[in-house]
Amino acid sequence: MTVSVFKILGPVSDIPLGEGRSYTVDGHMIAVFRLRDGSLRAVDAVCPHKGGPLADGQIDNKVVVCPLHLNAWNLATGCSQSGQPPLAVYPVRVDGDQIVLGD
Amino acid sequence: MTERLVVIGNGMAGARTVEEILARDGDFTVTMFGDEPYGNYNRIMLSNLLAGVETEDGIFLNDLAWYADNGITLHAGTKIERIDRFAKVVYATDGTATPYDKLIIATGSSAWVPPIKGINNPHRGYHQGVFAFRTLDDTRGMIRYARDHERAVVIGGGLLGLEAARGLQNHVSHVTLLHAMGHLMNTQLDEKAGAMLRDSVENKLGIDVIVNAMTSEILGKDRVTGVKLGDGTVIDCDVVVVAAGIRPNTQVAANSDLTVERGIVVDDHMRAEGEEDIYVVGECAQHRGSLYGLVAPLWDQAKVLADHITGRDLTAAYHGSKLSTKLKVAGIDVASMGLKEPETDDDEVIVYNEPRKGVYKQIIIRDGILVGATLVGDNRKAAGLIQAFDRGTPLPDERAELLFDIGGPAGEITPEEMPDDAQVCNCNGVSKGAICGVVSDGCKTVGGVMEKTRAGKGCGTCKPLVQRIVEWAAGGEVEEDPAASWYVPGVPMPKPELMAAIRKYELKSVSSVFMKLVPGGEHDAKSKMGLASLLKMMWADEYVDERDARFINDRVHGNIQRDGTFSVVPQMKGGVTTPAQLRRIAEVAEKHQVPMVKLTGGQRIDLLGIPKEKLPEIWADLDMPSGYAYAKSFRTVKTCVGSDFCRFGVGDSTALGIALEERYQGLEGPGKMKLAVTGCPRNCAEAYVKDLGVVAIDGGKWEIYVGGAAGAHIRKGDLLTTVETAEEVIRLTGRFLQYYRENANWLERTYTFVPRIGVDRIREIVVDDADGIAAALDAAVEEAVQAYKDPWKERAEPATPGQFRTSLPLIVLPQVPVRS
Repeated sequence: MTVSVFKILGPVSDIPLGEGRSYTVDGHMIAVFRLRDGSLRAVDAVCPHKGGPLADGQIDNKVVVCPLHLNAWNLATGCSQSGQPPLAVYPVRVDGDQIVLGD
Repeated sequence: MTERLVVIGNGMAGARTVEEILARDGDFTVTMFGDEPYGNYNRIMLSNLLAGVETEDGIFLNDLAWYADNGITLHAGTKIERIDRFAKVVYATDGTATPYDKLIIATGSSAWVPPIKGINNPHRGYHQGVFAFRTLDDTRGMIRYARDHERAVVIGGGLLGLEAARGLQNHVSHVTLLHAMGHLMNTQLDEKAGAMLRDSVENKLGIDVIVNAMTSEILGKDRVTGVKLGDGTVIDCDVVVVAAGIRPNTQVAANSDLTVERGIVVDDHMRAEGEEDIYVVGECAQHRGSLYGLVAPLWDQAKVLADHITGRDLTAAYHGSKLSTKLKVAGIDVASMGLKEPETDDDEVIVYNEPRKGVYKQIIIRDGILVGATLVGDNRKAAGLIQAFDRGTPLPDERAELLFDIGGPAGEITPEEMPDDAQVCNCNGVSKGAICGVVSDGCKTVGGVMEKTRAGKGCGTCKPLVQRIVEWAAGGEVEEDPAASWYVPGVPMPKPELMAAIRKYELKSVSSVFMKLVPGGEHDAKSKMGLASLLKMMWADEYVDERDARFINDRVHGNIQRDGTFSVVPQMKGGVTTPAQLRRIAEVAEKHQVPMVKLTGGQRIDLLGIPKEKLPEIWADLDMPSGYAYAKSFRTVKTCVGSDFCRFGVGDSTALGIALEERYQGLEGPGKMKLAVTGCPRNCAEAYVKDLGVVAIDGGKWEIYVGGAAGAHIRKGDLLTTVETAEEVIRLTGRFLQYYRENANWLERTYTFVPRIGVDRIREIVVDDADGIAAALDAAVEEAVQAYKDPWKERAEPATPGQFRTSLPLIVLPQVPVRS
């Protein structure tokens, strides 16, 4: 999917530091992560391997690890580190105290 | 500027070295001189050629086209006589002169022919019917002559002599092997192994063997008719093959005033001693006093030489080779490495001898390291032994495992034998081909390959096979994985150092560990869970709990399932329940339409398919403590009926199981801890295969077993000790578990930990308190016990925003059907 217009998902404080939460946007599930450096990343919420909930995965400032089979993806590029298909990546930023999806 | 490289010698060493130089894009015009009028062939295969199992075409490594394709000028059949080191020119016997900038001498060896009366014909070299066994021409001549003759004698009972004897059987009806020493292959084998080999050669192959045989004369006027031994024995024959050894070809070097002892003396860069531009490689080189006649050292030398001569790596140095061979000698498996006999009284020698099958195995261990091994008749364990010998790796405590496959499938399959599509990892479905692909893409560490393919990341049983495949695919160029010894992959420290640093800097949160102990302060997702567990163990109440460091199971206190729902297992100590408890569980399951209710292997009741957002409500309705069926922690104590009802029970296993669980519930560790207490040695609670299992024995005593497993890995626990009272069991359990928590690697279960440390050592520490740390272990586990809080009480208010918010996708996944 493409995000043509930006969309406010809610306050940043909804996502604890270093964790992810999933949001529904136009019928799609998107996992938004709040990195420990304060920045945000947004990727598909569904693991392309076997459908795991990526928002429940552990992250660092680079990757998310799916909780089901521990496959890892780069949060910035969506590329898999363990031979899986890539994840779609979405632009996301903090505006004031709100999470904004889209450019 | 392109330099002129001249190579004297076109055998395996010379040609291989040129290949290595070409592979490094060395900028040379290459000229090679070979004695023999051919391209480069595999000399080792000459015995196969003699035996008729290989053709001449099949043994060529570099045919003439290879030289042309690579712009190499080959003078095959031209012998170099002398080097002018100062003018930098080589002179051939035909009078031609060839200038060089760099020179490589790879003249190899020649057959050594002992001075035996009648062996030479004054007019034409060897007496008619006498052959050496060294070159393609020797082999051709031998085959041609032997075809029309009947009885052969081979002089020399080493490797080459045995091969010659075996090969000649293809052409003549009777072969006798004469060996001057007391047993066959005396350079590689001890007397017993040599005798065993002799039995096989005589009885299985039908070759006559005479040892201590000094050949004194070759008989026959125009042609060979027999040989005469020192004791006067005459053996009739019409072919004689001399395979009594080789001598390095050093004449050209000696003619040119290079330093020559037994071979041409070289430095660690493979340069002739004192020479800037002259290199020496292969059998003719003498390095630190040693000459090498096997291919593996030669390959190593060629690499060093190529690195140095091309300037790729001017520090490249050859340090000598540890010699090992694994081969079929005349159809019989033989492997030998290092010492053939013990040298000191302290050397540990293990010998297995089965004459009926022609099997002999001997290994020599010094200070826990393999220093020598000999195998005759069975090479199945050779690859592993050679690896242990080369690397000096620690050996299994069960020495028999070095000689035999114990408990494993018969005949370990080798990576070569596996088809590409063979599934290696049965958990994650990874094939041999996929592993090899990642290796050929440049990943040469076992850990890296496992990370990329996920092979070996399931139950872990296939890890040794993955390792063997990676080693095979990388062709011996496996890189040591620096992270292999680290506690977690993202912090470069083994556990003891890591714990010391954490204490020193008082690091009480996972992010502070990354910040302080990782260069660059880089966080690592895959290290968080292990660090969280370690810090909790070390700091108990003082641990600063950053929720993102927890794995999802620990964030929401349930085990995530394949559809993103969770399982809920209430505590049921010792597997003992009540009607009221069962009624409540039934009511909760009905009220929430729980898709599946299942009895677990640990004697608990599991409610499966619970959405995350419903967890707090279900805990509240159950109003039972967490059964911890999701964490790397103390899990369950399984019990049998015990003495209350069972007519065989000799101890109250249920009461003790409940007491153990009461005390150690929820205790985190590097891995799961599954326990059992069984009321008699019939072992209904399966205590022998638990991380810690307690067995009641008659007389009111309890046996404590540790390190058992019955998962992907099956192991009977080791008896730690036998105690008199239940209190003692509870105390030692806590002490053992604490020792495990402090010393095991992350995710290392007790079935690996206990054999790694050794049960005797663990007993010293935990039972006998030989190290004086028992009180500290008791105090540490007591502190952890006191810090226990039931996580399912964390339900009125979420610990973090959206702790129980769904992460489930809207896409419909294959649903687990509701069972009614």
